[in-house]
Amino acid sequence: MPVVEKRQLLSAEEIGRTLSRLAHEIVENSGGAKDLALVGVRRRGVPLSERLASQIRGFANVEVPVGTLDITLYRDDLSTVGSHPVVQSTQIDFPVDNRDLVIVDDVLYTGRTIRAAMNGLFDLGRPRRIQLCVLIDRGHRELPVEASFIGRQIQTSDSEIVEVRLREIDGEERVMLVDRVS
Amino acid sequence: MLQRLSHLLGTENLTREQIAFILDQAKPFQEFQRHPLKKLATLRGKTVAIAFFESSTRTRISFTTAASRLGADTMALQAESSSLKKGESLIDTVRTLEAMRPDGIVIRHASSGAPEFVAQRLEIPVLNAGDGTHEHPTQALLDALTIRDRKGKLEGWNVTILGDILHSRVARSNIHVLSKFGVKITLCGPAMWVPRELEKLAPGIRVVHCIEEGLRGADVVMVLRVQTERIHEPALAPDEYISQFQLTPARLKLAQPEALVLHPGPIVRGLEIDSAVADGPQSGVLEQVTNGLAIRMALLYHLIGGAAADAPHPAKDRTNASD
Repeated sequence: MPVVEKRQLLSAEEIGRTLSRLAHEIVENSGGAKDLALVGVRRRGVPLSERLASQIRGFANVEVPVGTLDITLYRDDLSTVGSHPVVQSTQIDFPVDNRDLVIVDDVLYTGRTIRAAMNGLFDLGRPRRIQLCVLIDRGHRELPVEASFIGRQIQTSDSEIVEVRLREIDGEERVMLVDRVS
Repeated sequence: MLQRLSHLLGTENLTREQIAFILDQAKPFQEFQRHPLKKLATLRGKTVAIAFFESSTRTRISFTTAASRLGADTMALQAESSSLKKGESLIDTVRTLEAMRPDGIVIRHASSGAPEFVAQRLEIPVLNAGDGTHEHPTQALLDALTIRDRKGKLEGWNVTILGDILHSRVARSNIHVLSKFGVKITLCGPAMWVPRELEKLAPGIRVVHCIEEGLRGADVVMVLRVQTERIHEPALAPDEYISQFQLTPARLKLAQPEALVLHPGPIVRGLEIDSAVADGPQSGVLEQVTNGLAIRMALLYHLIGGAAADAPHPAKDRTNASD
């Protein structure tokens, strides 16, 4: 599908500043980060959660456990896709019971990914609280899901795509708004 | 990209890439076995027919549990079932099952080639759970997964398969898997069960009839069960087999110090294997059982999943989540 770049939403520097603010908000809102743990949703939520944990280590001197969640097995559209997508591993090496969990993802859109992520987490135990942290909230929700920590809220049309590029995965660092050319 | 499988009939026609893909896909399902809540909704609403025309406990329970942990329902046909006793033909039985609209069928049958026969006639995916002396593909895949986990990789090891190779579908499927990964295979057992022709199954196979020679330098020893139900001619007397071919702690010392011992089960303790070996630190027998669940979940997920191949693919850009 051909796409055209419309504008840049965040530069590398802005991504860094945004994550730093989000890290502070997460700690402030979780009473000293005692039971806090971050869970990054594959793929781009994973480097974001690791960066947030490293920020928190830097200013609060707290080691926050970080896990990785693959939501493939919990997707609600598997019966309509032609063949099943590849499953990646979920790596959450700490008990989630009574944890103060923050799900971390790059873009919040329909809310279906987050529904799937919550299902996956409940299979591992009973967290005390689950919050959501996203870099971009682009609207168009199809489920009653809202983020607790938002990097940037933007208005988009349905045909537009928010492309988050992170150096760990994409070798470059920026967020763009692109549009499908029909 | 990987060519998608529509059935799992054997390992002979799988490519190395397809095998590696299945082993990789089993990994998340291995982790899943450690979850406190072992129930997914991934295959909710799907039904898997488990048609065992030959009796089995562990493979049947493993497939049934794998389907159930993925959220699928199962309908079971067992060897003792009355319709089989009344003389119904294989194709009539599976057509009857098909009319109840399952989304996939797992078949075990005493005749080699029965799953393929069924696959040619039904529209749904067929998984071979063991056919005659032909293949038992999920067993070979779980064995490969166990070797890869325990020894870090699959490539290049010396693997000795010990026992009645001629009648063993487990051995055959394992040879087809391992030979694609450059494993050096030694087949070892009494001459009547390990004829020279078996060397032709894959390049580089060595046939030996002396257990000491067969074990020397082995990195992995696969012990096969002595299958009295598949042997029609009088074979070796049990005590002769024990004295010549039983895997004992003393004989295992001839293999590499860290050699892994596998057995597809059920084990006949004191016949093909000494209890001290079966329960010892080098044994991977119980890991094989757990890995069997992971392999079967991965295969059911990929074979039974999904709608028709030309269905629209709305997921990808709607959620901005997965790539």
